Amino acid sequence: MTNRLPTVTRRRFLAFSGVTVAAGLALGATQVDWTDLLHEAVHDPLRPGQGVLVVVTLYGGNDGLGTVVPAADPAYRSARPELAYAEGDVLDLGEGLGINPGMTGLKKQWDGGNLAIVRGVGYPAPDHSHFRSMAIWQTGSPTSPTGSGWLGRWLDHTGDDPLRAVSMDSVLPPLLSGDRTAASTLPPGGERLPSGALGAAFRGLAGVDAGDDTLRARVARSGRDLGQVEQVLGPVVSGGDGPADAAGDAAGNAAGNRKGAGGRSELASQLQTVAALVEARVPTRVYSVSLGGFDTHADERTTQQRLLGELDAALSGFADRLAGTEAGRQVVTLVYSEFGRRVRANASQGTDHGTANPVFVLGSGVTPGFFGQQPSLTDLDDGDLRAHVDFRDVYATMLTGVLGADPTPVLGLGRTPIAGLLRT
Amino acid sequence: MVQLDDRAATRRLLDRLGFGPLPGELAAARGFDATLDALLAPGPDPGVAATPPPALAPIPTSPRSDATDRAAEQQARQTGQAQLTTWWLDRMTATTAPLPERLVWFWHGHFATSAQKVREPAALLAQNQTFRTLGLGDFRTLAHAMVVDPAMMVWLDAAQNKVGAANENLAREFMELFALGVGNYAESDVREAARALTGYTVDRTDGDVRLVARRQDTGPKTIFGTTGPIDAPRFVDMVVDRPESARFVASRLWYRLVSSSTPPTPAVLGDLTDAYGPGTDVRGLLRALATSAPFRDSATTVVKQPVEWAVGLMRAVGVRASAVVAAPGGRPGRPRRDPLVTQLTALGQVPFRPPSVGGWPAGPAWLTPSAGLSRLALAEAVVAGSPLPPGPAGAAARIDWARQVLGVDAWSPRSLAALQQVAGEADPRRTLTVAALTPEYVVST
Repeated sequence: MTNRLPTVTRRRFLAFSGVTVAAGLALGATQVDWTDLLHEAVHDPLRPGQGVLVVVTLYGGNDGLGTVVPAADPAYRSARPELAYAEGDVLDLGEGLGINPGMTGLKKQWDGGNLAIVRGVGYPAPDHSHFRSMAIWQTGSPTSPTGSGWLGRWLDHTGDDPLRAVSMDSVLPPLLSGDRTAASTLPPGGERLPSGALGAAFRGLAGVDAGDDTLRARVARSGRDLGQVEQVLGPVVSGGDGPADAAGDAAGNAAGNRKGAGGRSELASQLQTVAALVEARVPTRVYSVSLGGFDTHADERTTQQRLLGELDAALSGFADRLAGTEAGRQVVTLVYSEFGRRVRANASQGTDHGTANPVFVLGSGVTPGFFGQQPSLTDLDDGDLRAHVDFRDVYATMLTGVLGADPTPVLGLGRTPIAGLLRT
Repeated sequence: MVQLDDRAATRRLLDRLGFGPLPGELAAARGFDATLDALLAPGPDPGVAATPPPALAPIPTSPRSDATDRAAEQQARQTGQAQLTTWWLDRMTATTAPLPERLVWFWHGHFATSAQKVREPAALLAQNQTFRTLGLGDFRTLAHAMVVDPAMMVWLDAAQNKVGAANENLAREFMELFALGVGNYAESDVREAARALTGYTVDRTDGDVRLVARRQDTGPKTIFGTTGPIDAPRFVDMVVDRPESARFVASRLWYRLVSSSTPPTPAVLGDLTDAYGPGTDVRGLLRALATSAPFRDSATTVVKQPVEWAVGLMRAVGVRASAVVAAPGGRPGRPRRDPLVTQLTALGQVPFRPPSVGGWPAGPAWLTPSAGLSRLALAEAVVAGSPLPPGPAGAAARIDWARQVLGVDAWSPRSLAALQQVAGEADPRRTLTVAALTPEYVVST
């Protein structure tokens, strides 16, 4: 090999299950047209008072200590001499904590009373594997994280309409996959269901045969769901720009954000599409979006600040837009990652896999402020933070407060929603 | 359990240990046993000879301050990556002795390394060639090669792992995802293994890996309860020697080649690890896997990954990946996209770009509603370039012709009815397109 290798500061796109994004789903010149069409198409609109949950998954293990920073704590600075933010660098949230300097938009949401931060969220016997820990978060099952996703079970228990949950990523995340029902994905931009004889053949393939095994039946059912999805959402995405160019993405990442349509990041475009769908009162109750690259074993500060900046711009633009409509104020956004990171920095100005982490809850129906206890930086569990809030209690809060559902069939007995987190 | 007959089992073998039959291959096959023998002992391969690796242009290096030079550098990287992707898809499509290439594809998903972060096409090609050289041999040698593979080291920050403050990334993923499996080691093993792997660097100029003594942690480490001055080769041997490692490697091959939903029974797993043995013999393991009873069970179906589905279709209809081009037309002022990479991107699987070190998902994750539309667009582009003769006249004959071209055992009533919608059209390629979208072809039955 004669070529020079690049410096190892590249962003790492660590997604759990093949998450890639069909970019350019959204927006652009056709926005008004499809919004109007949606009004025509939707026969059972989202009703006032029905909550909508938007789940934002941060893949790779976002460093919570670099997000909600205990900058005033001397133990923080001594554990991370080169990585630590000074008190003056971060945006003060009170209680000795400050938000990452890249997150000016969420600081405004905090000041405006739209943001709650649940501190120290985790689960018993934390697992340091990305894949195991993300599976635990997505299934809601710390002991056997192999079955259905927690929102998939919510789908299973509340009907079989595939439009009630929509993934903005082209590959379905496990959290939206139930035993019987799976959420929808949006058709990629620029493609439409064929018409004529080909269309008839395509629709014909959507029938399940008695001789089908589970997988063949699943292929057929996905075709049936596509018909249903396109009937309602089709106009949203037709005329798009097609999926992102893979090679362009590869090189673009060196420079920073992935850009979707209109110069926005992909996450921002996805969230703007969600906002438009909600405003159009599409009756979908759950949306899933994601951002990858948080596995900051090396050169964490630059990488994390850039990613948090991308997240911040996307979320705050989303929240500002939603606050402007009644339907938008029915949305609650939940932001989580599979784990935080080790308290002590490693030698590469990065951090290795850790445990408890803050969870963000954003929206007009949220009681602003801190919930849960800030994990101690001195009373550690083998170098890791101790969790004080079980993530399933956060989920129970969303199920009862946003989706109006009983958490027991989804999460089992004994969960306690976090008191006061959502306004009733 | 319904046993596949010999013909269906032979077809499954070509699906699972290859990329699906080439035109006429299934008809010419001399039964399951002979086909398996031929797959496991690949001879000269004219398809490989016809698809040599691309000559990658050197990447111009530039001072970080020069924006013009950096744009050229970026362009060269993009070009190199695109060349690599098309070349590899061509190679998978052309190979006539497909098992080595099928294993390159398997190991790429197993030791999943992405151009997202490893932006040196030459490093990715070198890793790919290592899979080709070692992939059908013994796992131990492959594992040793991977911990000092330049692309892997960049991908998992291993070059920054040094004495005094280790970087755990490679150590953890090596045990969890590459060689041992989650639950078969302790957190303390990860931390100690990271120390064992210290000292290797990747040269910024020539891309070579070097062991730098002052960066290496030569102190005692305790891994799996054994204490000593364990270094990287010793650590790899310790992992590969664990009985859990054999079970893990066997289970991963099973997951992709037999069933992603039903793990092997303890008895079958025992047969597989016996065949793998202390020699960590991948070829022996594959023979045991293909001759196990579940391999012939009609219930052990797998969803073809998007690349497998697309390559299988290109092989069946005789089109090279590089010959799949956009239909004429498109919007003025925009370069036409390569429909193959475009649709593979939409389907969520592009070679050299796994989503994470965990590789790609399996099973129903691929079966999203929108994937149906991407498969349709891709099948239309592939079939449009097919040099196949037009096929017989008459709807029934044409539908059976499509079945034979794709190597489908039998059509279900559902698919038969759907195919009849297009079988009477003037263009016989429509029948092939719809046939490629049937559940019988999307799933390897």
